[in-house]
Amino acid sequence: MLGILGKKIGMSQVFTQNGNIIPVTVVEAGPCKVVQVKTVETDGYNAAQIGFEEKPERLMIKPEKGHFEKHNTGYYRTLAELKDADQDIMVDGAEITVSKFKIGDKLKVTGTSKGKGFQGVMKRHNFSGAQTTHGQSDRRRAPGSIGASAYPSRVIKGMRMAGQTGNKRKTVSNLELVKIDEANNLLYIKGAVPGGKNGILTIRKQEK
Amino acid sequence: MDKLAAAAASQLRDDLPEFKAGDTVEVDVRIIEGAKERIQLFKGVVIARKGSGINETFTVRKISNGFGVERIFPLHSPKIKGMRRVAVGRVRRAKLYYLRNLTGKAARIRNLD
Repeated sequence: MLGILGKKIGMSQVFTQNGNIIPVTVVEAGPCKVVQVKTVETDGYNAAQIGFEEKPERLMIKPEKGHFEKHNTGYYRTLAELKDADQDIMVDGAEITVSKFKIGDKLKVTGTSKGKGFQGVMKRHNFSGAQTTHGQSDRRRAPGSIGASAYPSRVIKGMRMAGQTGNKRKTVSNLELVKIDEANNLLYIKGAVPGGKNGILTIRKQEK
Repeated sequence: MDKLAAAAASQLRDDLPEFKAGDTVEVDVRIIEGAKERIQLFKGVVIARKGSGINETFTVRKISNGFGVERIFPLHSPKIKGMRRVAVGRVRRAKLYYLRNLTGKAARIRNLD
């Protein structure tokens, strides 16, 4: 599998040749370096650990520093693993840049969605709320019944209720790669991706 | 320039004339029908310019067979073959939405010569 780490720059649009507009998210991706190669023999599974954005040595803490120095590939701010990585990047120090991708590739983008705090069921689960008429009061945004009575005398697990919304790891798949800017390490991905500006994203090529 | 603006900069076009709300313009619109391409003229008064950078659009209003017709063009769209400013209007606001409520003589705009 091919993958890269990136930073969301923001959304923009791209004109096609006949003038249609494609909404795109601009992502500054890579260059990433393979820091550690994990194999079935040593770790029980195949993966490449990749690093994104160099970090100055003075900011490194000792345990991290030891890890990077063991593989001698420089220091990085963010690390991520690519499971079952392509053979050509299963080498310590291999570089991954946007040029490894092709226009038209389908991508899977993972990031942390924008945090919205503790939200009620209407925002969190798209409940429709309750009516305001027919004698109702103070129930406009209430969830309604959450279960039966004496049997089962408890609330069923997984019942959708109010709670923390957003700020969660989310993956969006089937996003098309519209444009690549190799000089500036930019990927233009059709549609929206999770998280706000400057959020760290893992972009993986979708197999098939 | 911030990175987002820079990412779209290559698509910005600078071949269009300067114009603002109140101006009368002629827009050559590319119409693609199957394999054939022809040019359609859209002439009217610019009643708004909106947005910035690659997202900028402008609205052109004309009266066609007695009906008001408005068309919104993305300023940097390749669908615009060319564009000419026919008259420069003298107006006192940036958005001329009040023209929608006016007809006939009242809907005219004074021109600067």
